Amino acid sequence: MTQFLSDSEHAFARHHLLTCEKLTAPEIESLIDAADKAAEISRSGDRHPQCLAGKTVINLFFEASTRTQASFELAAKRLGADVLNMNVSTSSVQKGETLIDTAMTLNAMRPDIIVVRHHAAGAVQLLSEKVDCSVVNAGDGAHQHPTQALLDALTIKREKGRVGGLTVAICGDVKHSRVARSNMDVLNALGANVRIIAPSTLMPSAPDRLGVETFTNMWEGVTGADVVMMLRLQRERMAGAFVPSEREYFHYFGLDQDKLSYAKPDALIMHPGPMNRGVEIASTVADHSRSVIQDQVEMGVAIRMAVLAAVARAPRGHQGNQPWARSENSSGSAQR
Amino acid sequence: MPQFAKPGDLNAPHEPTVLINARVIDPASGRDEPGGVLIKDGLITDVGAKLRRNAPEGYKVIDCQGHILAPGLVDMQVFTGEPGSEHRETLRTASRAAAAGGVTTMIVMPDTQPVIDEVALVDFILRRARDNAIVHIHPMGAMTMGLEGSELTEIGLLQRAGAIAFSNGKQSVMNARVMHQVLQYSRDFDALVTHFAEDQNLAGKGSMNAGELATRLGLSGVNKVAETIMLDRDLRLVELTGARYHAATLSCPESVAAIRQARGNGLKVTCGVSINHLTLNENDVVPYRTFFKVRPPLRTEADRAAMTRALEAGDIDVIVSSHDPQDVDTKRRPFDEAADGAAGLETLLAAALRLHHNDGVDLKTLLRAMTSRPAELLGLECGRLIPGAPADLIVFDPNAPWVVNRDELSSRSKNSPFDESKMQGRVLRTVVAGHTVYS
Repeated sequence: MTQFLSDSEHAFARHHLLTCEKLTAPEIESLIDAADKAAEISRSGDRHPQCLAGKTVINLFFEASTRTQASFELAAKRLGADVLNMNVSTSSVQKGETLIDTAMTLNAMRPDIIVVRHHAAGAVQLLSEKVDCSVVNAGDGAHQHPTQALLDALTIKREKGRVGGLTVAICGDVKHSRVARSNMDVLNALGANVRIIAPSTLMPSAPDRLGVETFTNMWEGVTGADVVMMLRLQRERMAGAFVPSEREYFHYFGLDQDKLSYAKPDALIMHPGPMNRGVEIASTVADHSRSVIQDQVEMGVAIRMAVLAAVARAPRGHQGNQPWARSENSSGSAQR
Repeated sequence: MPQFAKPGDLNAPHEPTVLINARVIDPASGRDEPGGVLIKDGLITDVGAKLRRNAPEGYKVIDCQGHILAPGLVDMQVFTGEPGSEHRETLRTASRAAAAGGVTTMIVMPDTQPVIDEVALVDFILRRARDNAIVHIHPMGAMTMGLEGSELTEIGLLQRAGAIAFSNGKQSVMNARVMHQVLQYSRDFDALVTHFAEDQNLAGKGSMNAGELATRLGLSGVNKVAETIMLDRDLRLVELTGARYHAATLSCPESVAAIRQARGNGLKVTCGVSINHLTLNENDVVPYRTFFKVRPPLRTEADRAAMTRALEAGDIDVIVSSHDPQDVDTKRRPFDEAADGAAGLETLLAAALRLHHNDGVDLKTLLRAMTSRPAELLGLECGRLIPGAPADLIVFDPNAPWVVNRDELSSRSKNSPFDESKMQGRVLRTVVAGHTVYS
């Protein structure tokens, strides 16, 4: 039972988890498999593995998120770690302390893992460059939210037995969504057919370069889908700026029974939460028998157990994900 | 160790000097030949092949050892921190960086605290420059009060006090009526209006070029149309007013095409590009490297290459460093929150030589855009090697290899996008008004 992460052959051996962009299928699968076991351990109510006993995990949240923070906290505690929650949005940043100062201060306290959420893309990577411990990205701006994508993949795999070959339609505010970006990376790595559905105002630029099919018509986009993954629409984006009204958005891009009927009969309904019922998803659909939204929450704790245990095992100083080696991009001409 | 002149030296007399044994390049006249230059009382008195070996009696001789002797560079866009942010850069430190980079005349932008929108402030810059700087400095006057884009400055009086041209700095003038008035009014004084063309509403909070990279990095992008739309508006207003207009720092070939067309229609319009946009591209931003965060944002490699071709074709008039010193507390931040701007004075020539070495741009074309052409637009006598012109010149080795080390830069701020980059070509000597200010 306590063996779930002690296999010597573990494909994921990174010191940080900052982004899904360079994760390989074996790495993702090893995390998912470990999390699958973690989920069973959590369910059994049995003695928990103590692989993080004596370790310190700091949850550093620059942006409030009750759910994600609770999930990480629980995951760390189930592995025996000491957990410190810091909500910086209400403390030193308002006194003018910079992100790097905060990072250096925490680093001096010798934590083993820092879990970070920040409102700016790239902030977690910047922080990781300034500390010695492992860093796990719990969401940075519109960039990445790796554990969300991993838990989504785990949820799909548990329900469908596989991820590769399935058609997954991601629908909503793709432009501003870190969940969508991480999911595109993970699902593509696992061989799923990924679609994104959004009004043009909420579509990211150059969507044709992302390895996905794009739709601005949701009925077409969900047709034949095995999984319909809804995204949250932030309130401040509703009134006039990106979409004219909640009502119009719901009509064209809210998941209701009618649009759901175009997906496969056994299609899964997913949402990263928190949901805006009646905006992006109808209540009847959210509570549908095919909805796995609560399972996603459960798998969230499991995947975070797997991730925390994995980064803690990785040798210190092992470089985390380097989003794109420079050589892969044509002619950055700085020549350094 | 490099030697710098002391501030104030420029006002003293200098020894009559002859620079011999050089490859003399003067883009304005097309001269490119072995020879030398004779200087006396701050002016060039003779130029030519006859000075290759022969030093006249009574002249101090400087042997250029076959290196290139060219007019000193004229940099039309330099931001400093004086007055208001002296911890980033003063006129003194900027002038040392300029001297080390071969820039003998720099135009300092009005984006200071306070903004250079009053006669007394133009005077302040000129006096501080006279007492502290080792290169020529001319202030760019603000065209609207506080750069707020709503109220005209005293363009006539500012010009008389020494404002060499007018700009709204890093802010574009969004109000078309105000821009119309600026252009109308400046025409009466034959003042040059330079504008950073960007539609602020379209650019929004964008922090890099719009496209695949921005999407993958989760950053909001600035589309090229934010530039072309504003430029198109300006060109319509120029057509209406007949003003002299200079698009300060363009970033894409679509903008250059608009300028070319306007010129074809007889408008007095010119354009510039920052060295960053000719030598770097959006890939350099990855992953979140804030030293590459500039405005307009770095575009794609295709855009960069097209801008280089436009420079060769003569469609781009001027290259600027757009030197913009920023320090740790404005740059070491998440990308979205970091300040725009890159230090560039000291690396201007070396970076420009990349275009020669890597992109095959002719040396004369390159130098023209940094010497005679900006001088011409600004109505300055410098920027050429002819008898009677100011003795502002540089000697450089176009091939000398070196690696940029930010700790060795003279600028007070170290935010160079070329830090640790390999360079080919280095300034050996900078002469301002007959005085060697850097060697």
